[in-house]
Amino acid sequence: MNSPLLAMPLAAVGQVEEGFFHERTGETLPCQAHPSHLFCWDWAAENINRYGTPTLQQFELVIISVVIGFIVAFAFALLAHRYHLLEWPLLAGTGVIFAVPSLAFFLLLLPITGRGRETAIIALSAYTLQIIFRNIMSGLANVPESTKDAARGMGLSDRQILWKVELPLAVPEIVGGLRIATVSTVAIATLAVFAHAGGLGTQIYGQGNLTFPTSIIIAGTIAILMALTFDAVLLTVQRLITPWRRAASQAAA
Amino acid sequence: MSVALLPHPLFAGFAGAFEFIFSKQESSVTGGKKVGGFDQVLELAWTQIEVSLLALAVALLIAIPLGLYFGHKGTGELLAVGLGNAGRAIPELALIAFVAAIIGVGIVPLTGALAVLGIPPILTNTFVGIRQVDRATVDAARGVGMSEFEIMRKVELPIAVPSIMTGIRGASVNIVATATIAPLVGVVTLGDFILGENVYGVDGVVAGAICTAILALLFEFALAGLQRRLTSKGLRLQEAQ
Amino acid sequence: MRFNQKKPLMALVMLIAALALAVGISACGGGSSSSSSEATEAESTAPAETEETTEEGEEGGGGEAIVSNPDNAKVSLTIGSKNFPEQEILGEIYTQALAAAGYKAKSDLSLGSETVALKTLKSGQISGYPEYASTALTSFFGLEPEEVPSDPTEAWEKANAEFEKEGLVAFEPTPFASANAVGLLKSTAEKYDLKTISDLDGISEKLVLSGSPECRQRIDCLAGLEKLYGLKFKEFKSVDISLRYTVLEKGQADISILFTTDPQLAAEKDKFVLLEDDKHVFPAGNILFVTKKKVAEEAGPDYEKTILNVQKGLTLPVMQELDARVELEKQTPKEAATAYLEAAGYVE
Repeated sequence: MNSPLLAMPLAAVGQVEEGFFHERTGETLPCQAHPSHLFCWDWAAENINRYGTPTLQQFELVIISVVIGFIVAFAFALLAHRYHLLEWPLLAGTGVIFAVPSLAFFLLLLPITGRGRETAIIALSAYTLQIIFRNIMSGLANVPESTKDAARGMGLSDRQILWKVELPLAVPEIVGGLRIATVSTVAIATLAVFAHAGGLGTQIYGQGNLTFPTSIIIAGTIAILMALTFDAVLLTVQRLITPWRRAASQAAA
Repeated sequence: MSVALLPHPLFAGFAGAFEFIFSKQESSVTGGKKVGGFDQVLELAWTQIEVSLLALAVALLIAIPLGLYFGHKGTGELLAVGLGNAGRAIPELALIAFVAAIIGVGIVPLTGALAVLGIPPILTNTFVGIRQVDRATVDAARGVGMSEFEIMRKVELPIAVPSIMTGIRGASVNIVATATIAPLVGVVTLGDFILGENVYGVDGVVAGAICTAILALLFEFALAGLQRRLTSKGLRLQEAQ
Repeated sequence: MRFNQKKPLMALVMLIAALALAVGISACGGGSSSSSSEATEAESTAPAETEETTEEGEEGGGGEAIVSNPDNAKVSLTIGSKNFPEQEILGEIYTQALAAAGYKAKSDLSLGSETVALKTLKSGQISGYPEYASTALTSFFGLEPEEVPSDPTEAWEKANAEFEKEGLVAFEPTPFASANAVGLLKSTAEKYDLKTISDLDGISEKLVLSGSPECRQRIDCLAGLEKLYGLKFKEFKSVDISLRYTVLEKGQADISILFTTDPQLAAEKDKFVLLEDDKHVFPAGNILFVTKKKVAEEAGPDYEKTILNVQKGLTLPVMQELDARVELEKQTPKEAATAYLEAAGYVE
């Protein structure tokens, strides 16, 4: 503990001493002060910590949004599977949502949900709907009639056929849709900074980072790696739960 | 104002936005100069359309020939499909910011960045579309005496049209969406309303969001219509089954 | 379609590598996981009772070390700021100072421009934020730029009188002031022999001006240049505030709207110059901390006392130094604020 006698300030409080001011001239400026410097390794090594929280925020946004999107899209798919008439309207509806630019969507929700994480999550989930829904429907449609007939012949009800035959066979395409949705969501989630929801966008757009390629590169690279990781994880999961399929079908959007 | 008559606060938020779109509004920071109104909306929308079309054109010029070539030859699968995957993962904000910081602000760098975003989906879908053409058909065409180029043009391309158009639509969605944040880097599109709450007020922000959404949808519908026209009748019948 | 034969192994390798990277980053990020300042235990040293009456404005001083008052612990405060580095630094300084005084203080920075910040203040989402007196007078209260008083105390009193009508109160001003400024490369200024903004008359039609997206319509920006100086520019490029020097360096704009407190001006004196604002379209403003009267009353006397105390050291050189640390050396506003509070003796 400091004894009052020993802790006499050298200067008056409120005054900084000479050493506080760093002499800066054009030549002595560090790497990061120059917007034209592509990547400053020293700075990056020292300051890598600051990407921790934004990365976590981005991670959370993506996971929550994709999970919600999947649940809703799955519900839609079950509905459309039952009532075929609904398929086109649902497809068109989710397609319309997907076409709307994310920034616009974030701010269209402004009068309703305000700024913040909820807004971002709602918008990001909405974006995943079309691709997941479309892929579930496509996967179900690709189940051969003969297989379904055989199942019916074995005495399975329609409901049992759906859950025990059609859906398992549709897994590769469903997971394919999930993969695409997740990768897209990671990319779009960088814009969450405009909805005040945090994420890696804060290291690209905030705090004058627009003139700081190093930060843009780091944040962008983390985002890309996160997306590719999710992709690989989902692919592995799919491999694990469909041991009867050797090659995965790549559903290009 | 009329806003007070609306029953639900939800609609109140949008009513102000619609007023903003159609008539000029007062703004506290402009010292009397009005903002908003249909003229400005059209001006900004036009800029967004211009830059999006330009970028889309560049992307098409690069991606389709490449996709055709690799698809026809049957090689480069890792490149074409891998690029599609990786391209989807690129955060638009990072790309735009990076290009602005390194190359500069303005229409040319922006178009380049947008084209980069548009190339992956078009390339992948062109490749996949061509690959999906039944090999037997291609062999038959070769047997009949068509040149490689003729095969590409008369056999593979028409069959691949739905896939290619899907890729173009995907690219256009991405490009139009990213063009919205172009005001950050010197190209004033409808995003200016969204990003400039200080000048345009909340009404302006929501108005910008609405206009951007409408613009994006117009692009989507136009391309969907184009796809329908370009898809040969036989394929269309096949799809409808 | 056999596209992914080799995928499983590659995928697994990539997965492990990327997961390792992700784990590494979140582990490192654990330290900076809170973006809000928690109440720091400020040990009180012997309070420096220096009442320096002379040169307080230029050299700082006259403050006291911040003492943590347990009574403040039941008050929660959220300090906001506008969306550029100088504002973020100020927001952090106030937040950390209030936390040191025992309040439950957290920051909610980069809200946007001033109308957004004011709206957030009035809605109660934040307790207070730092505003420039000149911006308040021209943007909120509709004064013409020439009517803004150049004396900081006068400007504060004028602004406060208006704020009071809305239930708000502005605390006394900081020592430093900042203003928008018209700047360009020194080479350009020499080429056309420009020293004041009025010198641009007749030449501006050949020049490209760059400013923030809202600059076009602002009376203390392009609109003012057009209306009050009668200048027309060849083109106006709107870019984010952070690019204001990049456009000059890359030759994409001849003239750019800068701030007088910018560190780039001091660091590269031979590269950039400012044109003199001879018609006073760009008034300088000291920072006033604006808050709701009710919030100030409920927070107790330490609220205003701490804010005014911690401001005493914010002279122009100090603010420029802090700006330099954030804008040039890419420190976070939080780090710069902490460095200031420690160096000036406010906290240990």
